[in-house]
Amino acid sequence: MVANSRLFWLARRLASGVIVVWAAATFTFLVQCLLPGDRAQIIINVMTGNVGQASRQELAAVNAKYGFDQPLGVQYAKYIWAIGHGDLGQSYQQHRPVAEVVAEQIGPTIVLALAALIAAWLITILTTVLAAGRDNIWSRLLGGVQVLLATLPPYWLATILLVVFAIKLRLFPVAGGNSPIALVLPTLALALELSGFFGQVVVSEFTRVLEQPFVTSARMRGMSDLGVRFRHVLRHAALPGITLSGWALGKLLSGAVLVEAVFARQGLGGVLVTATSTRDIPVVSGVILVSAGLFVLTSTVVDLTYGIVDPRIKLT
Amino acid sequence: MLHLVQPEAQLLTVDSLRVCFARNVPEGTAVRGVSFSLAPGRCLAIVGESGSGKSVTARALVGLAGHRARVHARGLNFAGMDLTGFDDRAWRRIRGKDIGFVLQDALVSLDPLRPVGKEIGEGLRLHRAIASREELESQVIGLLKLVGVQDAEIKALQLPHQLSGGQRQRALIAAALALDPRLLIADEPTTALDVTVQAQVLGLLEETKARGKALILISHDLAVVSRMADEVLVMRQGEVVERGSADQIFREPQHAYTRQLLDAVPSGRRRGSRLSSSPAPRLPQPHGRLLEPSATRSSQIVIEATDLVKRFKGPGGILRTVVDKVSFQLRSGETLGLVGKSGSGKSTTARMALALDLPDEGAVLFQGEAWTTLTERERRARRRSISVIYQDPLSSFDPCWTVRRILADSLLDDVETRQERHKRVAELLDLVGLSPAFLNRRPLELSGGQRQRVAIARAIAPRPKVIVCDEPVSALDVSIQAQILDLLGDLKAQLRVSYLFISHDLGVVRYLSDRVMVMRDGRVVESGNTEAIFAEPQHDYTRDLLAAVPTLLGRQPQSRRDRDAVAAV
Repeated sequence: MVANSRLFWLARRLASGVIVVWAAATFTFLVQCLLPGDRAQIIINVMTGNVGQASRQELAAVNAKYGFDQPLGVQYAKYIWAIGHGDLGQSYQQHRPVAEVVAEQIGPTIVLALAALIAAWLITILTTVLAAGRDNIWSRLLGGVQVLLATLPPYWLATILLVVFAIKLRLFPVAGGNSPIALVLPTLALALELSGFFGQVVVSEFTRVLEQPFVTSARMRGMSDLGVRFRHVLRHAALPGITLSGWALGKLLSGAVLVEAVFARQGLGGVLVTATSTRDIPVVSGVILVSAGLFVLTSTVVDLTYGIVDPRIKLT
Repeated sequence: MLHLVQPEAQLLTVDSLRVCFARNVPEGTAVRGVSFSLAPGRCLAIVGESGSGKSVTARALVGLAGHRARVHARGLNFAGMDLTGFDDRAWRRIRGKDIGFVLQDALVSLDPLRPVGKEIGEGLRLHRAIASREELESQVIGLLKLVGVQDAEIKALQLPHQLSGGQRQRALIAAALALDPRLLIADEPTTALDVTVQAQVLGLLEETKARGKALILISHDLAVVSRMADEVLVMRQGEVVERGSADQIFREPQHAYTRQLLDAVPSGRRRGSRLSSSPAPRLPQPHGRLLEPSATRSSQIVIEATDLVKRFKGPGGILRTVVDKVSFQLRSGETLGLVGKSGSGKSTTARMALALDLPDEGAVLFQGEAWTTLTERERRARRRSISVIYQDPLSSFDPCWTVRRILADSLLDDVETRQERHKRVAELLDLVGLSPAFLNRRPLELSGGQRQRVAIARAIAPRPKVIVCDEPVSALDVSIQAQILDLLGDLKAQLRVSYLFISHDLGVVRYLSDRVMVMRDGRVVESGNTEAIFAEPQHDYTRDLLAAVPTLLGRQPQSRRDRDAVAAV
């Protein structure tokens, strides 16, 4: 029965996720229609690389090919229908399906975002458990360092890490590559800032829980300080951080765009930058839709995790 | 000459224990030279108000007085070990294993995210007293059975919030007993439990004592102490002001402070007698508007509830009837006491009187007019005629508001000028016995008793006809409780307000109520004149409730029959 209700919850959750993606699709459709300039003209310019005015025949041909001559309602229905079948349209510039372009590049970005999320959590947990709520200099330093980390822009941090560890010390490759070692610096650039954010909510909750009677109770059973911190307090303190993780993954995806640029990594970042600067609207829309889908997925995972860590929560 | 108590027979000896929290300030010393000793199979009780140092004394015995605390003692011996030289590792070896500790309020003393069984087994696991997972599970279930928890196999897997208050407290005791420690320290183990559960938990502690374990009981409830203790220490401001056998302390208290504590216990006290030494508030008669005696005659019915029924959806979507055909009348200037175990529907009944919950059947009339059948919009204008005082005033205050703002906010809109508003707020504060210095304090800067005074001031600010009091003194020390009960009694006489008074403490209910209504499982089993109910309870359930109340040694018990028995002795 418990397993059933959880499956039911998951089904409902994903169903509402479909609505979120549909809303995002509608939004991208409207943007495409409302964008200044004639769409056919933009396509011809992107394809040819010219900026001149195309002839009436050329425009009519493009309009017919992309269906721009049909009523808006029909265009919208076709657009949504296609997305429902996994067809995100054709890239104006690359002349191939957007889905293909995104699929090719999304892997490294997801790897980077997940690595950064895990690293941020590890940093937060270790520093919190070791230093938070103690009567020493490290505890006081912790708060200051976290504020500092939270205020550092990742692209700036990325540049500093690149200069110090890759160029000066030559510990890591300067650019590119998909090897694990090449992942270290970009991951840190994203994770350090995020751990600053996590740390602030986790540490304040940690210090609060540390004073709770059930913690004293555990000490009175003979549990060591480290045991109390890991077994009792951390779990409570992690809860607000888990809530924050859904938001964090969105932030990581956007942060990844910049960090990928700094480290010349493969990924959605490069795709998005090129597509935006060349007005390759289907690709931009495709990235937005995929991000919306990812967001739905991560917030579902976050809520599931929360339900596991805090068994008092009933997923409904 | 025969020495009855040989030094070897003592399990614990404490000599001149001192605990300081701050250097160089007299108030920084929480415990000032406390000495006592305890033999196996004996119970020592430490009583005193909060802040008297009793809990700190107990915590110092397991090396957990607090990380800022500095503990000194001329001698601190437990089972042949000198505790004064203990480091953290040594302390951890005896905590849980040789000394078990039960904290008060199991809801917050058990980790809310972990199954109860895990908490109970934690000590066993830490001290490596078990070989396998299966053995741990069976031991945990055995412990839960030992403390009298039914369906132990199921309860072990449940989270603390899924257990009742009594079950939680038992589970906490089970965790403390897991390694069969030679000394059990219980810090307010029955505060916030209703009388029958309290009696069961005390019985459990008595059994432990009978098995030859030493017991240190910390409580502000002198009735509990008088039932359990062999010896009693009375502490005030970190010092022992009186010590002796329970008999001596309760029958012939020597120190004025002990007598004051005993006087504060309401159970068995006649109504009208004062519990505390605080004077009755002077009424600011000239500014009579605040205290305009209500025009109602005493016989007038202010609240009339008829056949109230309330159902809530329980687990699995099954409707549970929480209140079943409850009817009562509350007259002006009268106090109706509502007693019963937790879960008997007292609070839901009160919430329906306040129209915070609406009855599924039946209705409440307020001053002869429709009340629960109105729409919220129609009710809103008259809401201020019924006030409420809760057990925990802190959670009913906006923590950012000053006392001045809290009180001003509750005044009726007929106070127009700012000066008048200020004057009225000051009057209210004076009426509840607080000085104007408190006007700019915020709730967190007040003590429990002061907060409850502010809550009372807020309740009387809109000149209500009725005040619903839901366990208003349950969270307070006995001496503070006495002051608050006196205050409520004085205000009732002077403002002619009616109380609907809910409490699990029968002594408190008896002290304050004109009539009593006894509830069980949502039904009224008995109601009537307070003295009649307490003297000649008609229903078995009422008799059980009364029998479960621990009475002070040397004080008249609750029912007349017992009283006669005492008189005959």
